[in-house]
Amino acid sequence: MTRLFTPKAWTAIFAVAAVLVVLLPTLHLALPESHPLHVSSFWITLLGKFMCYAVVALAMDLIWGYTGILSLGQGLFFALGGYAFGMYLMRQIGRDGVYKSDLPDFMVFLDWKELPWYWVGTDSFLWALVLVVAVPGLLALAFGFFAFRSRIKGVYFSIITQALTYAAMLAFFRNDMGFGGNNGFTDFKRILGMPITSPEMRTALFVLSGLYLLGALVVARWIVTSKMGRVLTAIRDQESRLMFLGYRTRSYKLVIWTIAAVMSGIAGALYVPQVGIINPGEMSPANSIEIAIWAAVGGRGTLVGPILGAFAVNGAKTWFTVAYPELWLYFLGLLFVLVTLFLPRGLAGLAATVRARLPGRPAAKDVQAPVAQEVVS
Amino acid sequence: MSDGAIHALSGAGDAGGYSHPLDPDKVDTSHGPILYLDDITVSFDGFKALNALSLTIERGELRCIIGPNGAGKTTMMDVITGKTRPDSGTAFFGQTFDLTRLPETEIARLGIGRKFQKPTVFESHTVFENLELAMKTDKRVRASLLAKLTAAQRDLVARTLKTIRLDGAEDRLAGSLSHGQKQWLEIGMLLMQEPELILLDEPVAGMTDAETARTAELILELAGQHSVVVVEHDMDFVDRIARTVTVLHEGSVLAEGSMAAVQAHERVIEVYLGR
Repeated sequence: MTRLFTPKAWTAIFAVAAVLVVLLPTLHLALPESHPLHVSSFWITLLGKFMCYAVVALAMDLIWGYTGILSLGQGLFFALGGYAFGMYLMRQIGRDGVYKSDLPDFMVFLDWKELPWYWVGTDSFLWALVLVVAVPGLLALAFGFFAFRSRIKGVYFSIITQALTYAAMLAFFRNDMGFGGNNGFTDFKRILGMPITSPEMRTALFVLSGLYLLGALVVARWIVTSKMGRVLTAIRDQESRLMFLGYRTRSYKLVIWTIAAVMSGIAGALYVPQVGIINPGEMSPANSIEIAIWAAVGGRGTLVGPILGAFAVNGAKTWFTVAYPELWLYFLGLLFVLVTLFLPRGLAGLAATVRARLPGRPAAKDVQAPVAQEVVS
Repeated sequence: MSDGAIHALSGAGDAGGYSHPLDPDKVDTSHGPILYLDDITVSFDGFKALNALSLTIERGELRCIIGPNGAGKTTMMDVITGKTRPDSGTAFFGQTFDLTRLPETEIARLGIGRKFQKPTVFESHTVFENLELAMKTDKRVRASLLAKLTAAQRDLVARTLKTIRLDGAEDRLAGSLSHGQKQWLEIGMLLMQEPELILLDEPVAGMTDAETARTAELILELAGQHSVVVVEHDMDFVDRIARTVTVLHEGSVLAEGSMAAVQAHERVIEVYLGR
């Protein structure tokens, strides 16, 4: 049977953990800014952001790479987690807003006198954590229940998820939704009473994001190496056959779909305090498509691949949008086409091929994605 | 119906006799056939794929079903496995399970296993994993997430691998097997489900002579322990394994009896030779 991780992989995980938890925070906090080894807040925030993206790519791999369900609305769950935690961050501003009111500024601006019912309790950190998990989780559960029960599959499922995130974006754009309209939430001041922009808080969020990414990787790996993982790949390849074996495949799809949504939601909650803003733009269909591209570029069905894909694509995006902002979308499209045509197994597949061609090495066996699987299957 | 009940009660099934235990998950054949189809009609856009078809299969029987293309053989399998709902008629598994109402998954779980015409194995899984997925066990999500193979289950897989002549190939990807081996693997997957009734749709299509001979042996081994229904075009093969043969034509039964009797039947000759 497949092990959770090989000893080598465990070593790598702990090495990465050491770098994220000890080395980078030390270089950021302990060294003066003039020191050549000082890691600037720019890099800490950027890496923290990428790690949140990487978790979403990982979640995408569970549902798309392993189960064959291409969600083009994964950004919605990420944004909802972000909004859920953002509500708490708005309440933490207290009376330090522009209008010096107990209500968030945008509500004062709308001339609201009291908090809407769904804002009740959002000043509690614990309640915020509950919402971060429950809102994306329950939405995914309800949506998935009906979609999988109606046996909606393939490209139809993708289109519906795309429509779902688009509809949510339009709803959140409306001011009277009570989520700040197109400005969303911003100007955060504190978490748990501590200033959000301090180097210590920045580092704490960075470390949390890193640990969360590694934890999510271990959980995902545990799922895919269990018998459930083999059921999921069987759903991807031959769902009807599996039903004749007596598996209620829609329960499996519903569970993995909801897990992926919750994973993405928590990532969103870690993301928002690091970037300092959440607005409906995060729910735009293009964002969700980008998430699928991270997974495809990294290599579906490999877990580590999509994580690397998220870093690679977002790294390229950071550089491109500064150097040639008008070319970025063309580049992204081209990248997707090239990867689909020439690297169906993504960067992870490329690495496996290179490793296999090196003399004296056995072929890598652990790449699970079928070589010529269609993009929408 | 809970899956837990299977574990508690399996083995206590068809004791027969005066008072048989009432297991809601076990097929009851104490007073009749294992499969009972009566007056089944299925039409697709006016075309009657099955026309008042009636058929019964006894427990432990090996039945071959033949018939020209379009006779309704595959549609009949679809009705039995819940894939197609008949327009009219009754279909019972044992005396208690109405096949026209139960969902596909439930029918599979109750003990009707089907091998499709085209071998459909999980190509990117190994031979071992294919058998593991097919194994009769709790197939709900949580059980799968926490599943650990017991020694007895490993033994069962090993024995099945021997039966289907794939021992030593358990770590190969199913996609890399030859056509005949895939067919056997699929039969092995059926066996892992420990079904009461096995439906085989053209099990020797595309096989070499040696593979066909081996498959005949395999099916004869299965009959007796299971009830087996074989749909096949290959007459030599049917001749080799047949006990009772049913001939379908235009959606209903044309003739039924021993191979010799059926071959001598006037209407059958007419239909097959087009006279």
